[in-house]
Amino acid sequence: MYSLLYEGIGVQNWTYILVGITFSIYIGIAIWSRASSTKEFYVAGGGVSPLANGMATAADWMSAASFISMAGIISFAGYDGAVYLMGWTGGYVLLALLLAPYLRKFGKFTVPDFIGDRYYSNTARFVAVVCALLVSFTYVAGQMRGVGLVFSRFLEVDINTGVIIGMIIVLFYAVLGGMKGITYTQVAQYCVLIFAFMVPAIFISIQMTGNPIPQLGFGGELVDEPGIYLLDKLDGLSTDLGFAEYTEGSKSLIDVFAITLALMVGTAGLPHVIVRFFTVKLVKDARKSAGIALLLIAVLYTTAPAVAVFARTNMIETVSNQPYNSVPDWFKKWEATGLIEYFDKNNDGLIQYVADEKNNELIVDNDIMVLANPEIAKLPDWVIALVAAGALAAALSTAAGLLLVISASVSHDLIKKMINPNITEKGELLAARLSAIVAVCVAGYFGINPPGFVAATVALAFGLAAASFFPAIILGIFYKKMNKEGAITGMIIGVLLMLFYMTKFKFGWFGGGTKDDWWFGISPEGFGSIAMILNFIVSLSIMKLTKEPPKSVQEIVENIRIPINAGKATH
Amino acid sequence: MTKSNAKSYWKENIRYVLILMFFWFLVSFGAGILFKDFLNEFKIGGFKLGFWFAQQGSIYVFVILIFIYVYLMNNLDKKYGYDV
Repeated sequence: MYSLLYEGIGVQNWTYILVGITFSIYIGIAIWSRASSTKEFYVAGGGVSPLANGMATAADWMSAASFISMAGIISFAGYDGAVYLMGWTGGYVLLALLLAPYLRKFGKFTVPDFIGDRYYSNTARFVAVVCALLVSFTYVAGQMRGVGLVFSRFLEVDINTGVIIGMIIVLFYAVLGGMKGITYTQVAQYCVLIFAFMVPAIFISIQMTGNPIPQLGFGGELVDEPGIYLLDKLDGLSTDLGFAEYTEGSKSLIDVFAITLALMVGTAGLPHVIVRFFTVKLVKDARKSAGIALLLIAVLYTTAPAVAVFARTNMIETVSNQPYNSVPDWFKKWEATGLIEYFDKNNDGLIQYVADEKNNELIVDNDIMVLANPEIAKLPDWVIALVAAGALAAALSTAAGLLLVISASVSHDLIKKMINPNITEKGELLAARLSAIVAVCVAGYFGINPPGFVAATVALAFGLAAASFFPAIILGIFYKKMNKEGAITGMIIGVLLMLFYMTKFKFGWFGGGTKDDWWFGISPEGFGSIAMILNFIVSLSIMKLTKEPPKSVQEIVENIRIPINAGKATH
Repeated sequence: MTKSNAKSYWKENIRYVLILMFFWFLVSFGAGILFKDFLNEFKIGGFKLGFWFAQQGSIYVFVILIFIYVYLMNNLDKKYGYDV
């Protein structure tokens, strides 16, 4: 036994063990926290503590994209990666200061609930439902893809089998437990994913810089070459190979500005994030849990840029100008998945990794940097397996949160509020469970047959949230004279403009166009900011031309600004 | 809990929000983006300052801003008798 452990039981067995343990925990929690009413299903009964809600929000928020892709994207983008770091954290300031406390006070189950009631209109509700479904479906497909990727690489099963296993697990606890089950599994998933992200980062930080805190380590000096800062070394390596200096980046100022803003505002407008603040007891709990959530998110988000620098430096040093015949094991394994590609263009048997596309012989997918990083740094097998379990936790927790938004939009906003208001509590709960099942199947389908535009649609999701929900909610809270005519027109025009711009520049519709044709030099990823501004302008102008909202609605607005008597979330 | 009470509570709240949002903008869009090149001329350890704000500093400040708001609002709730 000792020798078995000493020799190592292999990455694959470690992965089976860790994934098995974590999955059993999730299922156990799901059985313990079954939902028995719609209130438990939609908002976990409305009595979640701020700490638990903060942890759940953090896990909900940090998706496969944050865990798997982000550090990889940063490691190729350098300074420009800051758009994701600031964009996906700065949104929480907006949430805590401008949205969460008031939406909690309003005390409903969903975002379309707020829009529909505040703008006293089922048309507004319907527009909000469509936006919520659009945003959530595009997002969830990406999560399922992440699950499949991890299974196929680490357990060497078929990517489709991986997606199906993931579907069954999510189905089990989302359908059974609703928001209550999801909340407590997300608490567990936060612990798993943050541990899995930090352990290799700390190991590598010590290895390269001697500092156990990655956030400080990547600004430190190299262990191997005392007196030389890691970042200076990476800047040098990058320019030697023809890339831009790592700490400078290459996007234009206005585009960096626009993307950061769009991601911040989009974050604050995402229904699966907002809905988490309906689950706490008091208004002040909503504020506090937004702070806790961001603190817990910041642990990963401040580590990711360090991981990016470590991984980038390690990768360049491991492969650049090395003979292909002697590449390490991980290189071959990732090559088998098609995520690393090598073409020996000049037939010298060496790997030329350079910025110039004509001579570059190596293509490395963004998504593998975090997963491959522990292997590149030659960390122990259990650490590599831990990363796989963490990536699964990240993908599953986000997928579950999104599925809940989808099922609540259908069963509560469409069926209960619009189609059949007389539906019984039991009937609505059943409808919620059935729509969750359908949603999982649709998500799984997209996970197995990913539309070629997954990456494009994730940016679209943020753009759409920024262009639709954010202005409608902000105006709904801070401007009591805002009426339904203005809000509905604003949402529709904002979303249509966003869709137009995305499809034009991402899919080549409406005559297509290249980078040179971008309006104001702003990329489709950043265009959500423009669409949002237009939404504000349209909403305010139309409002001036139409009649003001009824007195009763204006009183509701005054009421949500006062934090007392929040009550429990009700229909 | 009169109407004028609610009004001045709201006014103070808005003032806090505006001040904190100013710092939110300053560290991210300011230090991390608009003034990045200028700040990059200074270094702390191996970090160029603008780069540090963009990839580290702004995030720390975001967290601090939210907790300051939580603290201020809890006091404001008490002051106006809304902390029931």
